[in-house]
This record gives sequence, C-alpha cells and structure tokens, in this order.
Amino acid sequence: MRIKTSAIVMTLYLLFLLVPIYWLITMSLKTNTEITSTFSLFPQSITFRNYGVILTDPSWYMGYVNSMIYVTMNVVISLTVALPAAYAFSRYNFMGDKHLFFWLLTNRMAPPAVFALPFFQLYSSVGLFDTHIAIALAHTLFNVPLAVWILEGFMRGVPKEIDETAYIDGYSFGRFFIKIFMPLIASGIGVAAFFAFMFSWVELLLSRTLATVNAKSIAATMTRTVSASGMDWGVLAAAGVLTIVPGALVIYFVRNYIAKGFALGRV
Amino acid sequence: MSRITLSKLAHSYLPNPKGEDDFALKEMDHVWQDGGAYALLGASGCGKTTLLNIISGLVRPSQGRVLFGDQDVTDAATTERNIAQVFQFPVVYDTMTVRQNLAFPLRNRGMDAGYIARRIDQIAAMIGMEAMLDRKALGLTADAKQKISLGRGMVREDVNAILFDEPLTVIDPHMKWELRTQLKSLHREFGHTMIYVTHDQTEALTFADKVVVMYDGRVVQMGTPEELFETPAHTFVGYFIGSPGMNLLDAEVMGAEARLQGATVPLGAAYGPTTGRTQIGIRPEYVTLSDEGLPVTVRRVEDVGRHRIVRAELGGQPLNAILPEGKTLPADGTRVSFASGKVNVYANDWRVAPKGA
Amino acid sequence: MDKTQNNKAWFLVLPVLVLVAFSAVLPLMTVVNYAFNDTFGQNEFFWASLDWFEEMVTSDRLRDALGRQTLFSAIILAIEVPLGIFIALNMPKKGFWASLVLILMALPLLIPFNVVGTIWQIFGRVDIGLLGRALAAMGIDYNYTNDPLDAWFTVIIMDVWHWTSLVALLCYAGLQSIPQAYYQAARIDQATRWSVFRYIELPKMKGVLLIAVLLRFMDSFMIYTEPFVVTGGGPGNSTTFLSIDLAKMATGQFDLGPAAAFSLMYFLVILLISWVFFTVMTNLDREENR
Repeated sequence: MRIKTSAIVMTLYLLFLLVPIYWLITMSLKTNTEITSTFSLFPQSITFRNYGVILTDPSWYMGYVNSMIYVTMNVVISLTVALPAAYAFSRYNFMGDKHLFFWLLTNRMAPPAVFALPFFQLYSSVGLFDTHIAIALAHTLFNVPLAVWILEGFMRGVPKEIDETAYIDGYSFGRFFIKIFMPLIASGIGVAAFFAFMFSWVELLLSRTLATVNAKSIAATMTRTVSASGMDWGVLAAAGVLTIVPGALVIYFVRNYIAKGFALGRV
Repeated sequence: MSRITLSKLAHSYLPNPKGEDDFALKEMDHVWQDGGAYALLGASGCGKTTLLNIISGLVRPSQGRVLFGDQDVTDAATTERNIAQVFQFPVVYDTMTVRQNLAFPLRNRGMDAGYIARRIDQIAAMIGMEAMLDRKALGLTADAKQKISLGRGMVREDVNAILFDEPLTVIDPHMKWELRTQLKSLHREFGHTMIYVTHDQTEALTFADKVVVMYDGRVVQMGTPEELFETPAHTFVGYFIGSPGMNLLDAEVMGAEARLQGATVPLGAAYGPTTGRTQIGIRPEYVTLSDEGLPVTVRRVEDVGRHRIVRAELGGQPLNAILPEGKTLPADGTRVSFASGKVNVYANDWRVAPKGA
Repeated sequence: MDKTQNNKAWFLVLPVLVLVAFSAVLPLMTVVNYAFNDTFGQNEFFWASLDWFEEMVTSDRLRDALGRQTLFSAIILAIEVPLGIFIALNMPKKGFWASLVLILMALPLLIPFNVVGTIWQIFGRVDIGLLGRALAAMGIDYNYTNDPLDAWFTVIIMDVWHWTSLVALLCYAGLQSIPQAYYQAARIDQATRWSVFRYIELPKMKGVLLIAVLLRFMDSFMIYTEPFVVTGGGPGNSTTFLSIDLAKMATGQFDLGPAAAFSLMYFLVILLISWVFFTVMTNLDREENR
C-alpha cells in the first residue's frame, strides 16, 4: 500500500516537473502561426525550421560556443584554486581560518546584481571586457567558495592517516596530492565540477553585463528574439530546448553522485 | 515466552535459487527451547545474521516455517512476533533522552505511565546508567549508546525472545565482560529465551547454555560448551572452538585403532569401516610430549602466559600440543602420545560415532 | 577530526585569496566608493557622506522591495522545504527507477535561469500557454501580465518548480545515509510511521536540511532573472524584488550613488541572516562530532 501511494506522489511530482518542459519542446516543433493562431497539445505538423534558424545563424550558435568556452574556463579555474584551499581548511588550523572560510562563503551570498556594475567598470578598465576570461573570472565569485565548501566536506571524510603514511613513504606534498589524494576524492571533484558547471551555465546577469558581441552567451542571446514580426516564439523555444541539452548530458554522467553531491559531501 | 521451531527452513537471497550453493541458509530443522540461552557462533558470512533476521521477521524465509510455540509466524510481521532485538551497532534515537529511549518500546505499546517509570528505573540500574537518564542520547560514547540499545531490548518483560546480533563489538573489553555477565544473570532471573549471535568463541561459550555452531549456511552442531569441546560433530567445530583448534590428522581407522605414519594409535572404542577422507581429531590439551609414542619434529614453542603451545609436525602434518605451566619440554621430547578416549574420528569432515555408542 | 596548527597553510589558500580579491574585493570597493560619493561624470567625486544611505533607508521604494522580497523568500521556503522532504520520503530507494527519478528531478536545476523564465512565460501565457489556457478553460480568470496576484502565483510556482528538487535531493541523500538497522529497530519497537519520521529520519536530515534552507534562502533573496523574464517586475511594481529594483536603478537610471548604497545594505542583510544560519550549522556539526 505504501509503495502505491509513493508511486502516485512521485508520478504527480514528475508530471509537474515535466509538463512545462514538454510544452517548451512541442512549441519548438511548431510554426509560429500554429503557436499563435491555434491551440493544440501536439504539434499539427512537425517543423524543424526553428532549430534550422539557430544552427545556421552564427549569432545564435556562437552563443552556445561562447557559453561552453567560458563555462569550461570557469570550471578549470575554480577547481585549480579551490583544491589546495579546501585541503588547507580540512587539515589545518591556522590564523584566521574560521573567518576566512566564512568570508569566502559570503561571496557565494553576494547578489550578482550588486556586482554587475562594478564588474563592468573593472573589466573595462583592464581591457578584459567582452572576453571569455572576464565572464569566467566573474563567475568564480560564487563558484570558488562553493567548490571550496564542497571539496572540504569530501576531504574531511578522508582519514588523515593517509596523508601521514604518504609523507612517511617519502612522497612530496605535490606528488602525494596529485597521485594519492585526488583519486581518493575523485567523486568530490566531480561533484564540485558539476556545481561549477551548473551555476556558470545557468547565470545570466553577469554574463550579459560583461559581454556584448565576442563572448556573448546563449542566455544573453535568447533575450533578443523580438524581430520585426513580433516575438519569434518557435525559435525562442528551440533555443531553450538546446540550452537544456548540455545540462541533461552532464546530469546523465554524474547521476550516481547527484544525491550525495547535492548534500555537498556532508551526510 | 515460547519455544521456537524452525521447520524445513531454508533461505536464498536470489529470486530463483538453482543449486544448494545459491542458498545462504541450507535446509534445517531445529527446536530452540523456551527460556534457553543460545549462542549462534560462526565465522562472518556463514548465515548467522540471516537466521536471526528470519526469527525476528525482518527477513521472510524462501522455504519452510517458523513457529513460536504452536503458532505459525512465518508470515507474521516483526511487530506481531513480540520479540526484541539488539543490533551490532548502537541504534539510539538521538533527539531523545536516555529515559525516553528506554521508554519508547513501552510507550508505543500504550503501557501505563507508573509501570514505565518503575521499569525504566530497573533497567537503568541494570545497565548502570541511572545517573545519565535525563541526558540527550546524542553525544554519548558508543559504549553508552550500546548499553541503551541493550536496555531497550530488555525493557519489555513479555517478549517471546530477545535476539542479540553481535551486540558487544563496539564495547570496551572490560565492559564486554561485565555486560555479558549481566546478560547471563538477567537470563537466570527472568528466563527469557535469548539468542546471541557472535563470532567470538569466548563470548559464546561463557554466555550460552547451548551453542549453535554454523558453517557455510548450515548448523553443524548444537550443544553445550563441553560437548563442543569433547566431541565436535564436524571438523569445523573442532577447528573453530579452542585455541589452538583441534589437531586433525589423516589416518586409516581399523576397529579400535588408527594407523598413521606406520604407527598405531589406540582409539578407546571400536569403529566400523569409514568412507571418504578419514581423519582423527585430538585436542592439543590431550597431546602429551613424552619419550614414547609417535615421532614428531618440534618447530617452535609459543609462550602464551598460562601455558605454552608446542608447534610440531607429524609426518608432514601440523600438530599442536599444550605444555601446561611448570612442565618443561623434555630434552629429547620428540615423541607424543594421545590421551586415551579423547580421540575423535571424522569421515568427510563429519564425526563418526563409535560402535555401540 | 583533529587538525594540526600550521600557519603555512596560508600558502595553500593564497590562490583563492588572490582570485577572490580580484573578483570580489576590488568591485566591492568600487561600490563603497560610489556609496559615499556623488559624481557628475568625468571621474570627479564629491564626498556625500551618508546621504545615499539616508535616502535609501527612508525611501518607500527600498522598503517596499525589501518587504516583497522577504514575503517571497518566506513563501517559497514554507512551500519548498516541507514539499521537498515529502518528495524525498517518497522517492524510490534503489534500482532503475531511482536513477531515472534522480535524473528527471535534477533536470530543472540545470536549466539556465532565463530559460526557466522563458519556459514559464510560454507555459503560463493566456494566449499560447498550456497553463494559461487550462486555467481559462476551468473558468479561472488568470492573467499574470495584468493581475498582481496571478503574477505572484506564477513566480512562486515557477520557483517551486525550479528548486524543490534541490531540497528533495538533499533530504534524499540524508535519508540514504540512515543504516537499515534503525528502521528494523523501529519496527521491533513498534514505532508508528510518524515516530520513525520524527525520531529517526528528521534528526538525520537536520544537517542537510539546514544547507537546503541556507542555499534556498540566499538564492531566493538574490533572485533576478526568472521573475525578470516572466513579469519584468510587473504588473506595476508588484514583483519587483530587490535585485530587479537594484538593476533598474543602476543600469536603467544610472543612479549610481543610491544604487551602491542600496547594494551595500542589501549585501549586509543577506550576510547577517546567512551568518546566523552558518553559526547554527557549525554548532550542529560540532555537537554531532563530539
């Protein structure tokens, strides 16, 4: 009996999650006239025109390329600096460690809206405006603290004796860290990368503020779909579907770690 | 309180077991007497916990029936069986106080408040936690938590049986001994049927009236500690009980004599012809180093305090002997003799009873 | 775990410090600079002391936005936390269905914020949206572009759609870490379903639940993109939350001084509340590891 009720609950919840996505997908397969003039649950005649528009127009598809570039850069930067820091927090007491940790976390709490304008000025003045690296760096604002937090949680689960044994066996810190320690927290690194990817991929405000042409993200591109003939709903929907695809792929790869990952290694 | 009968019981974790190897528990028929203190002894993975969970109702056996008294409880849920169980790792409700933890099983059964209060005081005295009754369980040591689990297991007076699944694993050695003694006296006082799972022979032998030795999904012997020591029914029992375990030597048995390495050993009783691999078993305690008897080569002598263990070899087969305190190794002590009547005979690992016995 | 005292560990955190200094401290200083000065362009600044702060504190605009923001965060926490726990309790524990459900549930979390907005815009509109059409067919007068209440309803249900899975997944991870023996013991103790939840599941979820509340609070308090795409802060100012208001002020009207003062106060409010959460959380950690 219990199994049954939980199945009903889950079905209802998943329906709630999936129906809006389904609507987006059907809409991306409809023509604009069908969208605005008739109402139907399924596309009357399936059209791929909307996808065609995106995949042939560089101003559309470069949005994806740009997003991919700065997201990747962000993930790499975030993890590279977060790994040693998380190790320090998980293993040592040092002057001001608690305050530093909290201060790092405060950056995760900073509203992007607060930083949008100063970022714009800062990056303009150093000539980084409208580059991928500028967006990648800006996103480290919230991704580095999060990565440190996640990695620290996972590292705390690794017994300290492992470090000590390795040092006794004559490993240098660097070699120990890369050869022994990193494989041990591989799932933690995967989870941290997943989160860095996620938050960088979904963010709009900073990426829109910091790029106009060369590094314009797909999210920003999507905000301009008003053409002469009004809203191009079909293309908008198709673009939306295409932004879900990378996320879905990433989820598929980390599916076994999702639950643990969302608990940030703290269960 | 009631007698527990396992009838044609077998269990497999696979949906469609093919051969005997697929069964975690091979078919068995056993009766556990009301009010007995049983220890379920065996190495890890021999099916002890599976058997325990079948009795408690957490696992439904794939074949056979479980009876409490005359009542068939095979399909009864855990709660209907009215049993208590203590697990290997402490299970305490962190947000409750020690008192609330102990009262929980009684409160869930709607017992009278006055009775609960009295009963908690008794149990707290028993596990030595009177002083901590109003503390939160969170943050107590593993020892203390396990004592709470034990207390919760014993708080109900009317249970059919109390099951213990290696409950003292996480407890300090000196505390272990104390708690075990307490369990034993509790058993004498209240007469609950107790089943105690362990892989530690000392624990089993000191706690139980009857020890049930399991090996590879089978109950190989059910008997008093003395029976297990003197007449192990299976070579595994001989090997597992005792320190070091029983010596097993390949031999030929003919009538009242065994022949090995060209010498003869008197068996103290006559045996019929045996089939399969034939071995004789002798406890190291009953092996004496002397000037006459079977020739052995002494490899080394280990001093374990109360006595010494002589590790020797007899015609390529290892043989241990116990040298009691005060005795010295004879200068030319290269021969051993076996105490008469203490030699057991095994065919294909199972004990062969002597003729007329 | 016992940690060793070692001030050399600072070298390990140095890269983070440099990076964060560049991406957080410098911009923040710019904000502070604006907040205390007035400018007429050409990088000439005049000391404005606390004028901007005074103006902001006394302005109805900020107070209204703050009120709306608090109400919004309170409502979504009140819905998402219990719902998330409920969903987590009903999720399949293992096997094919468990992975499938996990993947589907994580999906909304990986959708760019503005696409979330777009999805709900398309879904909710009365002319082309399934939800809008369905509600209209049921005779409910629903139009989120005209009616503030409908706009709130849309924005809240969108946030529930977007983020409940996060709470549920966190709780699910907490539930997964409970050893089977606890459930078995509860069965033997004849505990009710409610007792099992109250005394076993809830205490074990407490840690992850705090993380969930902290994350949801912070993110909902900073929400910008989704309501901006759907309602643009309207109708009127009814869904103008703090970030939307701030962005309007800073980039729309270029009122840098007030916007900066606004930013700082905004940041401080979030900081204060998060600090409380954080303190509670570390205290809990300590209690459990004692």
